[in-house]
Amino acid sequence: MSFQGKKNNPRVTSDKLIIKGGKIVNDDQSFYADIYIEDGTIKQIGENLIVPTGVKTVDAYGHIVIPGGIDVNTCLQAPHLGMTPADDFYHGTRAALAGGTTMIIDHAVPEPGASLLAAYDQWRDTADKRSCCDYSLHLDITRWHDGLFEELEHLVKDKGVNSFLIFMAYKDKYQSSDTQIYEMFSAMRELGAIALVHAENGDIIEEEQKKLLGLGITGPEGHVLSHPEEVETEAVYRAVTIAKQANCPLYITKVMSKPAADVIAKARKKGMVIYGESIAAGLGADGSHYWSKDWAKAAAFVMSPPLSPDTSTPEYLSSLLSCGDLQLTASAHCTFSTAQKAVGKDNFTLIPEGTNGIEERMSIVWDKAVATGKMDENDFVSVTSTNAAKIFNLYPRKGRIAVGSDADIVIWNTKETKIFSAKSHNLTVEVNIFEGMECRGFPVVVISQGRIVLEDGKLNVTEGSGRFIPRKAFPDFVFKRIKARGRMADARGVPRGNYDGPVHDVISMTKSVPATPTTRGPSCPGKTPLGPARNLHQSGFTLSGTQMDDHIPRRTSQKIVAPPGGRSNITSLS
Amino acid sequence: MSGTGYQGKKNIPHLTSERLLIKGGRVVNDDQSQYADVYVEDGIIKQVGENLIVPGGVKVIEANGCMVIPGGIDVNTCLHKPYLGTPPVDDFYQGTKAALAGGTTMIIDHVTPQPGESLLEAFEKWQEVADKKSCCDYSLHLDIPHWHEGVKEELEQLVQEKGINSFQVYMAYKGLFQMPDSQLYEAFSFLKELGAVVLVHAENGDLIAQEQSKILGMGITGPEGHPLSHPEELEAEAVFRAITLGNRVNCPVYITKVMSKSAADTVATARKKGSVVFGEPITASLATDGSHYWSKNWAKAAAYVTSPPLSPDPTTPDHLNSLLSCGDLQVVGSGHCAYSTSQKAIGKDNFTLIPEGTNGVEERMGFVWDKAVASGKMDENQFVAVTSSNAAKIFNLYPRKGRIAVGSDADIVIWDPDKIKTITAKEQQSALEYNIFEGMECHGGPVYVVCQGRTVFEEGKLQVQQGTGRFISRKPFPDVAYQRIKCRTKMMSKQGVSRGIYDGPVYDVPATPKYITPSPSAKTSPTTHQPPPIRNLHQSNFSLSGAQIDDNVPRRSGHRIVAPPGGRSNITSLG
Repeated sequence: MSFQGKKNNPRVTSDKLIIKGGKIVNDDQSFYADIYIEDGTIKQIGENLIVPTGVKTVDAYGHIVIPGGIDVNTCLQAPHLGMTPADDFYHGTRAALAGGTTMIIDHAVPEPGASLLAAYDQWRDTADKRSCCDYSLHLDITRWHDGLFEELEHLVKDKGVNSFLIFMAYKDKYQSSDTQIYEMFSAMRELGAIALVHAENGDIIEEEQKKLLGLGITGPEGHVLSHPEEVETEAVYRAVTIAKQANCPLYITKVMSKPAADVIAKARKKGMVIYGESIAAGLGADGSHYWSKDWAKAAAFVMSPPLSPDTSTPEYLSSLLSCGDLQLTASAHCTFSTAQKAVGKDNFTLIPEGTNGIEERMSIVWDKAVATGKMDENDFVSVTSTNAAKIFNLYPRKGRIAVGSDADIVIWNTKETKIFSAKSHNLTVEVNIFEGMECRGFPVVVISQGRIVLEDGKLNVTEGSGRFIPRKAFPDFVFKRIKARGRMADARGVPRGNYDGPVHDVISMTKSVPATPTTRGPSCPGKTPLGPARNLHQSGFTLSGTQMDDHIPRRTSQKIVAPPGGRSNITSLS
Repeated sequence: MSGTGYQGKKNIPHLTSERLLIKGGRVVNDDQSQYADVYVEDGIIKQVGENLIVPGGVKVIEANGCMVIPGGIDVNTCLHKPYLGTPPVDDFYQGTKAALAGGTTMIIDHVTPQPGESLLEAFEKWQEVADKKSCCDYSLHLDIPHWHEGVKEELEQLVQEKGINSFQVYMAYKGLFQMPDSQLYEAFSFLKELGAVVLVHAENGDLIAQEQSKILGMGITGPEGHPLSHPEELEAEAVFRAITLGNRVNCPVYITKVMSKSAADTVATARKKGSVVFGEPITASLATDGSHYWSKNWAKAAAYVTSPPLSPDPTTPDHLNSLLSCGDLQVVGSGHCAYSTSQKAIGKDNFTLIPEGTNGVEERMGFVWDKAVASGKMDENQFVAVTSSNAAKIFNLYPRKGRIAVGSDADIVIWDPDKIKTITAKEQQSALEYNIFEGMECHGGPVYVVCQGRTVFEEGKLQVQQGTGRFISRKPFPDVAYQRIKCRTKMMSKQGVSRGIYDGPVYDVPATPKYITPSPSAKTSPTTHQPPPIRNLHQSNFSLSGAQIDDNVPRRSGHRIVAPPGGRSNITSLG
């Protein structure tokens, strides 16, 4: 619809370009070749290409040429307490491009109870107008109910959304119970969508928050104290268990701690279809700053799950990312100005959550993982773009330099360094959590939709040029295994003769009745398995009069009804 | 008040027990073994040593080099837990009789009030029945069926006046006993303050309910539906969650019925990380596996139905025995809860209605010996630890129970490691018509059992007396569970950062925040007392700095950085 129309928009008719002299790096191989681009698509790859005259030449000599980054976790419009993030679709995507990311997948967050479709439309509307690079959308399920299935189906089949976020935290706001999560997982498996999970135990967090506020701890350090690693780990473990039961692929957003990452790694070793997403902040910073004396600085780091106070965490996560136990890197970019963060100046639970990272993401991965020798350039491409494209069904249109792919290309300088600072970044927030960090590796040229948007350190973006990229259901990368297992997993009953021995008569026992109907509160409004399924027709069974004897403790002469290891079918009481 | 029950009984003549001398045995405690004689008088061990000087006319028991061990303590029985109004066939009399025949001289039974019922009343009901019927000393765990404010008072009274120091909470039985995490957190916090041990039935009830309806929907109604709907992942998940809660609250956690490898491994890993957690395998999980759920014989398959179920993985018993031997699991219970076949048959067309429970109170000690000691995994001292001493320590009965020492109760078993017995329902003490261990050969067993200083089992003959069992009250704050907890409480006290007051601009939150709406319609949990939390409304009046309007303007190039990172350490002015 709206992006169809934009195809004809003159500003998108892009330049013809040839990128010369660079080393092309895909996730599977690297090779020297030139790239010819026309109409936003890669048309030719090879040496000595024959191209029309007057084509602009981009010199990539000495650099690597990689697919543009894909940042699969941003929140550029999700409001918190009615405050919209400081970086909206325009500023956010602009910063993304400046950092070498040419596509984002943003989270559309409806108010609990509100329609997902309405949120989708709202997000599309804003993003189409404001986004500078291609984008797609995740939908967050902020409250699950049965009627939502049709909306999901509509979104998956007609709207090009194949991923939905489920919350295990934010009690009484977004949090879902295990039963609901199971139902959502089942629905998503059926629809071929990917279940993203925000994994933290909201129940425990809330109790801890109460406790800390009660102790008089109101500063940002209360945030990390009330969101300990264990709470994240527990939820990841539970999500894995539920996904296993529902045979549904699972994607954990924002893996922030060592034990949580370990749970994912272990689940993969046991054969689960599970993906773990590290984020720029988790790889480039740790949680020690929550104790900063500078309130504004400490508050800038507030996000959920929080950065781990364990300072060895970033290195550990980048190791797991390198060996494939975690699969991709996003940014979870969601920025609020210091004034907005200050809403929680007297109560850490009110501090809007989110950090920056959209611009720094690629450089941090290069610096922490590639420059240190943990991963090679091909892995770098995998974790910053290709894996994301595969999981979310954008591949090979995105995430690969190949003939026919979108011309989202980055020329990457691997040798020099750059220093992050709030003074020089392309964001609107006053604090950059990576302030002063020197990173090796940054983009020198960024090409988005076949147009040069970054060159010679200058950004040249066009508001509204980003297109919505629809994504089909059942991504092969994720669902091939799930489908095979669905066929295997059928449980079968044991064929037996009918049991026709004595049956204890329960109906006459009046005591039993009150047990079921009283709906005493525990958690879930679901139906109790016990009560309703009682087979009432059993009550008429009076052939054997033994029921009365059951109260007599020891009946010495009683026949053993079913001697273990004895007859295989009971058809009479012998 | 609690005293009345057994105080009175102290004077009952049948308690004035014989004087006994156990000669020529090897006294085995959990820490050491030594050759010594044991002299017993008035139900108490008076002397331990060689060449004891004892009064004349004392009955002498020749141990002939056999082991003399503290009587077993079975900390998990359900001898009075009704199912749909009918009690199990093994009541306190049958059950404790079977216990004594197997070398167990004390049990801790679960009091299971129905939701809504008063805990105190249930406790008194159980105590009354047990006082009349029990043949050996007993104590009681209280199961908390439903967490609410009113329960707190009763718990306090039970701990402080009634001698109860352990309470069970449920993570399973959705819609019946199950508690959501927030209630578990509250329960843990409260019980920790009381110094009680939290027992957890660890299975994810939400998922079980889902699986049950799925499996019934597939037309599977037989007992195999039970393990299919209770896969071991759900047990392991709940164990993991219980431990997480325990860690957060800093409260000792005791996992009842560890039935699967993954659950046991979770306990072991947590212990290695320093959690105060205890794991209890049961007779059934140490001696048999879940393959029988697929038996063609319905009655046999149903006999194994218990929750968590026996694992269909046949390597499970061996693994659990190994963990028990190396100390990763600590206590062996029996989970004895005996329902007759006709009671089990209530669920003949729907496995979810089969009453849960297996036998094991009589076979418990024998199978630990057979599977762990006879196979060389553990030594005799560890055997005493897992069958008796550890339980006594965790539940604060030590050293009165669980040890052969001067001053301890004379609950003594003479154990013959070479005794061979074939388990069969025909010869068991239990009133059940079946035995899930039918036909299994078991090495090791008691030849002589002394309970409260009286001989109750001798040469294969039981001689018990209904109602001789005393209620043993237990004090809170058992050392083995709480010493570390107390230290950690001191260590873990949290401190905030002292900062200057932030007085930069504060964004003006719209007066009608949308997110109040979700809370009343409680979607996850019944939130009685919930947010919209402590929002500081006074902030909204803050209008000193007019910067709020500007906040909507996306890029303010000349905007001052309110708090330059790495800059001043305290913001006291907007300078």
